[in-house]
Amino acid sequence: MTNYLLPFLPLLSRLSHMAFKIDSFRSKVDLLRLPLTLSSKSISSHKSQLGAVWEKGGGSGKGVVLKLRPPPAFDMDNESTYSSYSFKSSHSRSSRKHRERRDRHRSKSHDCAIRGDKSVIIQAPGEPLLDAESTIADDRDDNWGETTTVVTGTSVDSVSNEDLTRISKDLEDSSPLDCRRYISPVLGAILGLFSLITPLAFLGLPQLLWRDTLDPCGTPCEGLYISMAFKLLILFISTWALFLRPPRATLPRFYVFRCLLLALVFLFVASYWLFYGVRVLEPRETDYRGIVGYAASLVDALLFIQYLALVLLEVRHLQPAFCLKVVRTTDGVSRFYNVGYLSIQRAAVWVLDQYYSDFPVYNPALLNLPKSILTKRMSAFKVYNLEEENSTNNSTGQSRAMIAAAARRRDNSHNEYYYEEAEVERRVRKRKARLVVAVEEAFTHIKRHQDEETTASSPKHPREVMDPREAAQAIFAPMARAMQKYLRATRQQSYHTMESIINHLQFCVTHNMTPKAFLERYLTPGPTLQYLDNNRGRQWTLVSEEPVTASLRQGQVFCLKRLDFALVITVTPLPFLRLGEEFIDPKSHKFVMKLQSETSV
Amino acid sequence: MSFIPGQPVTAVVQRIEIQKLRQDSNLILGFSIGGGIDQDPGQNPFSEDKTDKGIYVTRISPGGPADVAGLKIGDKIMQVNGWDMTMVTHDKARKKLTKKNEDVVRLLVTRKSLEDAVKKSKNPSYPRP
Repeated sequence: MTNYLLPFLPLLSRLSHMAFKIDSFRSKVDLLRLPLTLSSKSISSHKSQLGAVWEKGGGSGKGVVLKLRPPPAFDMDNESTYSSYSFKSSHSRSSRKHRERRDRHRSKSHDCAIRGDKSVIIQAPGEPLLDAESTIADDRDDNWGETTTVVTGTSVDSVSNEDLTRISKDLEDSSPLDCRRYISPVLGAILGLFSLITPLAFLGLPQLLWRDTLDPCGTPCEGLYISMAFKLLILFISTWALFLRPPRATLPRFYVFRCLLLALVFLFVASYWLFYGVRVLEPRETDYRGIVGYAASLVDALLFIQYLALVLLEVRHLQPAFCLKVVRTTDGVSRFYNVGYLSIQRAAVWVLDQYYSDFPVYNPALLNLPKSILTKRMSAFKVYNLEEENSTNNSTGQSRAMIAAAARRRDNSHNEYYYEEAEVERRVRKRKARLVVAVEEAFTHIKRHQDEETTASSPKHPREVMDPREAAQAIFAPMARAMQKYLRATRQQSYHTMESIINHLQFCVTHNMTPKAFLERYLTPGPTLQYLDNNRGRQWTLVSEEPVTASLRQGQVFCLKRLDFALVITVTPLPFLRLGEEFIDPKSHKFVMKLQSETSV
Repeated sequence: MSFIPGQPVTAVVQRIEIQKLRQDSNLILGFSIGGGIDQDPGQNPFSEDKTDKGIYVTRISPGGPADVAGLKIGDKIMQVNGWDMTMVTHDKARKKLTKKNEDVVRLLVTRKSLEDAVKKSKNPSYPRP
């Protein structure tokens, strides 16, 4: 790690006008070591702020200087990183559009093509200091200035020094600052609000400015007022329903459709304003009915744009067109999903949604063959070198000889594996049986206290009335040992602490569950979602050979990486179905006896 | 060839011995059978009595082992290698004829011409040598 430290010393010296503890220093360095994501929406502020360091196109003077500008023709295979997949409950993809809108604004000035930019990201080797679930992990992507090359306009904002220091102070905080994530929805809301009040402004401005000279306009105008009011209401409600949802994921690149729509809305509203300004405000148009009609047409067109948005963003991808095979690299768990026409990044988000509820949790303890089996063959041969030191030749010759010898040797390790497996299976089943019996017995110790029984209970043996927590603690003791042994046998002990078991027991007791229902959580490894706490985002890296805004095609392969495992996704199109028709008259179902068959012998 | 239910069946039979011919891993006899107790006897073109559910020879391949052995079309098979063929299903008859470990089948067959021949010979007007 020291070789990584050295380049960052000037950087850190600039930043730190606060005294840093060594720990924070180190963690900050780790942050900076980690690969840059193109997107930067993490729930923690760190990423959002520090990501600004790598702003393309000149950078703010307030940002950190230590960065490299890429040579523009550096298009090689890219991998875009997709970060901070957060866990807010509602689904929206639409606030990405807000982010894209902002980015689009910036990209207009930076003149970067949406599709053409590819970035080269060099992944740091696996990070042993950070565990998979830490918040700091979410920050790591933006901050590696040394070797990142191009940064597209999507990902980076300028940040001030104060923000940087604030970020560094927040490193020890556990509460993430997520203002950056909400910038895009806010901007989107602003644009939406602006386009909603535009018709009202169209109507109101003439009234305010030259009310006296306006032609009076009676019933037709009022009819138009009513229709406009209702259409605006509908627009407002549908915008709220569809688009104003907190984002659930941040994508590495533009969300093309959303950008398109926002550009469309903006252009549309702008051109309407232009026309209005030139033709109505300037000459002080007196035909008020015409103005009202104009505003009504704006509202209509906005409704149609919203229809277009609905179709593009929500409906188009519903009809299945591709089958994605998702395989986890570490233990081979695979699933097949049908999706519609999506871009790679959207498909990645969708797959991750399904991943958290479909895939059993990744248990690294379950993967390896027992060491006793694997190492036996390694230590079988010792090679002694009796010759003179001859540097390079020896090692290869030696290893080759060992490999050849090992290959010729009769390999019995499969035998051992088989018996070992059988043994483990038997042990697990024995412990499971003990656990089930213990839990059943424990559950018979308590029963729900009915209020009518108070008078019936004998005064000599007053039963102590407990609340669920105490009841859970009371019956936990007899089953604790069996539970612990079972969890050890199935290598699940890291996922269930005693506290969590008692909580679950309390939950089951409260809801009148049977022992079997209580045990369901422990007997089968549940989906990953069950073991996560919701307040942190998840950092995933999308690795793809093509730009991630490309739509899915046959034969594409992309990966979603985490620290210790990855999901490999293969795309195949669903087959074209030729459905034929055959009509069978129900009266044509007739049967005869099989008569007079002739068999040749 | 009719029979009276409850009475033993009597018929004039001819013994025919057929050597099975090996033809690409099958042993064939060279004729086809029809009939059986699970078939419809009314469709049998060769039987006199249309309630007869016996096994009849419906086709002979010319030059085949059955033809060589003298089996004629329309013959009713009474026994195959000692197994009765008058009250069997079609499939059972086929199986008894196509046993793989037997090279030879010895049939007892009957036909109308045999009956007539015997009747004629019993006729006193027939000149006897």
